[in-house]
Formats: sequence, C-alpha cells, structure tokens
Amino acid sequence: MKTFKLGGVHPDDNKFAHQSSIEVFPLPQQAVLFATQHLGAPSTVVVEKGDKVKVGQLIARGDAFISANLHSPYSGTVNKVDLVADLSGIKKTAIVIDVEGDEWEQDIDLTADIKREITLSPSQIVEKIKEKGIVGLGGACFPTHVKFLIPQGKKAEYMIINAAECEPYITIDHRVMMERTEELLIGACILRDILSLPTVHIGVEHNKADVINHLKEVAKSFKGIKIHTLRTKYPQGAEKQLIKAITKREVPSGKLPIDVGCIVNNVNTALAVYEAVQKNKPLISNYVTYTGKSVKQPKNYLVRLGTPIQSIIEANGGLPEDTEKLISGGPMMGKAIANLDTYITKGFSCILVINNKEGKRAEINHCIRCAKCVDVCPMGLEPYLLAPLSEKSNWEKMEKMHVMDCIECGSCQYTCPAARPLLDRIRLGKNKTGAMIRARNTK
Amino acid sequence: MTQIIVLSVVILGSIGAISAVVLYFVSQKFKVYEDPKIAIIADILPGANCGGCGYAGCQALAEAIVKKGTTEGISCPVGGESVKKQIAEAMGEVAGETIPQRVIVRCNGTFENAPKKYNYDSITSCAYAHMLGAGESACAYGCLGLGDCVKACSFNSIKIDTTTGLPAVNYETCVLCGACVRACPRNIIEIRNIVEGNSIWVSCMNKEKGVEAKKNCKVACIACRKCEKTCEFEAVAVENNLAFIDSTKCTACMKCVAACPTGAILTMLKEEAKA
Repeated sequence: MKTFKLGGVHPDDNKFAHQSSIEVFPLPQQAVLFATQHLGAPSTVVVEKGDKVKVGQLIARGDAFISANLHSPYSGTVNKVDLVADLSGIKKTAIVIDVEGDEWEQDIDLTADIKREITLSPSQIVEKIKEKGIVGLGGACFPTHVKFLIPQGKKAEYMIINAAECEPYITIDHRVMMERTEELLIGACILRDILSLPTVHIGVEHNKADVINHLKEVAKSFKGIKIHTLRTKYPQGAEKQLIKAITKREVPSGKLPIDVGCIVNNVNTALAVYEAVQKNKPLISNYVTYTGKSVKQPKNYLVRLGTPIQSIIEANGGLPEDTEKLISGGPMMGKAIANLDTYITKGFSCILVINNKEGKRAEINHCIRCAKCVDVCPMGLEPYLLAPLSEKSNWEKMEKMHVMDCIECGSCQYTCPAARPLLDRIRLGKNKTGAMIRARNTK
Repeated sequence: MTQIIVLSVVILGSIGAISAVVLYFVSQKFKVYEDPKIAIIADILPGANCGGCGYAGCQALAEAIVKKGTTEGISCPVGGESVKKQIAEAMGEVAGETIPQRVIVRCNGTFENAPKKYNYDSITSCAYAHMLGAGESACAYGCLGLGDCVKACSFNSIKIDTTTGLPAVNYETCVLCGACVRACPRNIIEIRNIVEGNSIWVSCMNKEKGVEAKKNCKVACIACRKCEKTCEFEAVAVENNLAFIDSTKCTACMKCVAACPTGAILTMLKEEAKA
C-alpha cells in the first residue's frame, strides 16, 4: 500500500454517514450567495436589485487571472445586494435571492443520460471550466482552470484525482464515488485529456474498501484510469503528501505541484468538470455531510449554494442538546462556525456537530520536549520550536525555519501530550510571516 | 645581553613608530564625523530603549533628532517635560509648550453593551482572534479583550478590566509611548490631545450601517450625523458610517455628547467621574 514517508497521525475516522445515500435537499425560500466563493481576486456582481434570474445565469463575474464566476442556483428575483456575515462573522458582499420555482437556463442538459464522448478540444474544455465557475472542491476553492494554464517551460506528467478523504467524519467523496461513479470517471478522463496524458491516477484511502472495489469494477470499461490504494493515514489527502505517495516525487519547499509535473484535483471537482463540460451545467450545488457523534442520523445531502445552514440543522430536528461547537469541514482542518446565520458556499463539505465531551480543550501543560510533534509533522518542521517563536513575534526566525511550508494539517496539536496550542500559534506566525514577506516583495 | 635588549627595543620601537604613522593616515582617511550633540542628547535620554518614540532605541532617537536639526515633532514620550526641555537646550532651541495628551480606547463594547454571541476557545492573542473572524461580540471592529495591548506595555499601565472586558489605562503611569496603539490589530487605541482639561472621542470603530452596528452593540456609532450637525467648530466629521472628532479643532463644548442618541461619544471628565 502506498503512502507518504514523513510523519502523519491516525485519528479515529468516525465516518458515520458512509452508508447513507445522498439526498437532494429542498430549495430554501430565500437564499444568500456570497459574491466571492473562491481563493483569489474578488468577483464583480453583475445583477441588480429586482432582476429576474434563472438557474445557471451568471450573477458574479471573475475578471482577474485568478478568479471565478458564480452562477445563480435558483430562479427568482434578486432581493438585494448587501453585506452579509459569513461563518466567521466577517461581512462580505452577497446577493440575496427570493426563490420562485425552479426554472433552468435552456442550454443546460437536465437529462439523466451519461455522455461519454468528449467532443471539445483541450482549450475549449479549459474555457468551459472557467466559464462555469469550477473551483477546487477539496476545500481551498482555488479556481480549477488556472491549474491547467501551465507556465512555459513546465510540463504536466501526472494527472492525479484526490479521493483520499483523509479527514475524519466527512463522507461526501465516499458517497459520490459510490453513486456517481461513471460520471466522475468521465470527469477524470476529461481532465486527463486536457493534458493529453495516457493515464489518470486516482488515490483512495484503504478504509474505503467498498469504493476501491466499485471504482475498479466501473473503471474496467474505461481506458487509462489507474486506481491506487493508499494507506489510511492523515493527512494522506494533502496535495503534497498525495503526490509523494503516488509518484514518489517531492514538491520542494516554496514550489507548486506543477514544478514536479503534477496536477491534483478533488473527486468532486472531477464530477463538477463532467457536469460543466458534458452537461453545460455550472457549479451551483455542493455535497454536504451533516454528522457528529450526537447526531442521530448522519446524512449526506446535495445542497444548492446559498442554502441557510440553519435549514439543514432544522431539517434534522435541531442541534443535539450536548452540542459544544460546530465546525465547517472536518475536525482536523475545518473552521469553527462562529455565526450560524450563514449560508452554504462552494467547497463547504461538512457541518460537523461536536458534543461537549470532545469539544473542550484539555488543560495546557508545559512542553516536555518529547518531540512527538516533530515525528508527526508531514512537512518535516519543528512545531515545538515554531510555536514559541510565534509567541515572541519573531517572524524573521520563523521564516528561516520554513513556517511557510506548514500545511496547517493540525497533526502536531493532535498528538501533543501536553495539549499545547501549537497549530494556533504557528498559524498566526504563518499569517504574520506571509504578510512580512509580501510587504518586503512589494518594496 | 645588552645587545639583545637594545636590538629588541629598536625593532619593537620602529614597528610601533611605523604602525603609528600608518594608523594615523588611515584614521584620517576613514574618519567618521559624529556630532558631539548625539552623545549629549543620548546622555539626557532615559536609556530605557523602550521604542516608544518609534525609533529602535535612545541612541537612534538622538541620531534622528540631530539629523533633523530640530526637536519639532520628535521627542521622547517617556522622559516627559524635563527631558524635552534639556534636549531643546542642547539643540540650542527653546522648548515649545507640550499639548497634554492621553490614550483613549475607541470601543465601549462591554459585556453588557455588546453581549457574547459565542465562546472563543483558543490562544490568548488579539491578533489571532482578529485573523479568525469577528470575535465574540460579533462586531468585526470592536475590542477583542485578549490583551495584546497589555503585553505590549512596558510600563504596566494598561489592564483588561474583568468587569467590562475592555482595556483600562492607568493615566498616572502611562507615558504615552504608543506601544499599545501599534499592538492593537483593530486600531482602536489612539492618542488624543486634551483640550480645556477634557477630551471627547467617539468610542466606536464600527463602519457598518447603523442598523447592522446596533445589532451587535448598544452603544455603537450609527452614523446619524447628529453630532456633525450640532458641532459649531467643524470638529466632527462622519465618514464611512462612523463619526470622528478632530481633537485639534474640538473645544470641549460637550454639545455632541448630549446629542448622541446611542451614547457613543465619551469624555474624559465623565469617565473620571464614573471611576
């Protein structure tokens, strides 16, 4: 079984919802869509108050090089364009739509037929991906088309589909691979064909044995798909770790995967690419897991963007009584939800309900120099030295100790026997060091 | 025996003489002129190297003053009046009158005025809480109450009041060095002039529309412009949904304080009476 060499931890995977099939979540009455739902330059809103919109109509345009379009997931009237608080409480420009019916743009193929034949040329496919607002659905929401605009002098040799889903609790990749197998494999083939490569590599963690068998079975009718079984180890699904496991290549410090000839995309992105290229459907919905130890029936939903998070919780009979906190995403890398009155965005993968038994932080003790954090760091950093440097605001030294290589996986904090807030400090240091480097470069 | 002594004296003496001549010319060639005033001023300065003046230390400030050639707008905030006078004397000037100043905190989001919406459970660092989101009161502009200003203060003059959750300044020990001003990630701490024994400021930094600002905090500035209209000296300006009082124009007439419907305008006298 393949895996990355350095570090890694084994948290309980708690994949409670892996058997429950995807349900389509009903449309809300009013939806709120943040104009910028990707990593990069903000998008410009192109609708005004009172405009009638249809499903699939462009409502925010990404003009910059690294930017993405946003399409309306609803038909109805634009109620207003205003500032709305996101899940961390920061107000951002958003489009509020009063939902009326479900009328789609006519050029979107709504039939259930699976179209295998790829008719577009590679450049047309990239253009389509850009036009339909596809972003990386593994969590970072980086505009997908930018990954395929390969800089001169570099060559892509590996197309990798990330299906590791190493975060505990989340099961959307699992369910998508079980239920929409053929479509996502066509999506993977489309991504492969853009680069004119012979094979596309799909990496799946070993804890999803049913998925591996199913994928291998379906992949028999395709050419050039290779499925890799990966050892179950967190963070197997991190880009650099996945590249190491599959290709044995190491992305050097400060470089991108393309520097070692790799392009990595998530399974959900592959599915979104299939829908955009073969069905002309923009990215208007997301797969979301609703789970937690105290949740009676963990579920997987297909949710349109802009659906209130509250409505998903209410549909499950409200929060359990012993709820301590809510997390968007997985327990290792997810972000705490500080504001419940917020809405589903691109890349929102999971509403995780943490109960009061596991939610509280343990008492912080002194560092005993056991170096467990050094052992588990998949990037080979020394968290026990970085954290105190951050406390002393020594950003120059942190830069020298490669804090910018930290992938914020949280393995150090997870493993620390003294429960020290290592990642919190390192993340602050990384933020400040990054700002310092940017200020230096613009000088 | 005598020969050896004579020889060594001659050899060593000549080496010494040659070196002295070489060193003399080298020192003439690479001579760096240092204004004697720098040493004098550095001697006057307290020597705490606190960085309160904005320079790396006392020596750096002394160099900066001499380079600038005047003490205007550049001084040691810690040394106070006497140091200022001595420096001016050394520079051959007469010290100007110091305008009394004080530190103000532009947020009044106490536990009561801006109740917590959730619990923050991570490291005690305002910078980190600011990076993560809006903060416990859900106001993205207000005080986070985690004490980055307290950590920055070398004079132990600022504390987080446990009953309000806001920083409280001890004006007796505060030397106006400005370390807290620079440490605050939300820029809510400012240094203002004291006019007529009083100082008036808008105790809010919220740039949201009035309705939104009021949702999170009872005493937020709602940008109703009443203060702007009442002021006879054009000292108040409302910009980006937030009022600002220019302490150089303010005459401490207190009219805006009475006009404010939310009580967002605080004054030094009122605060002292409360304490």
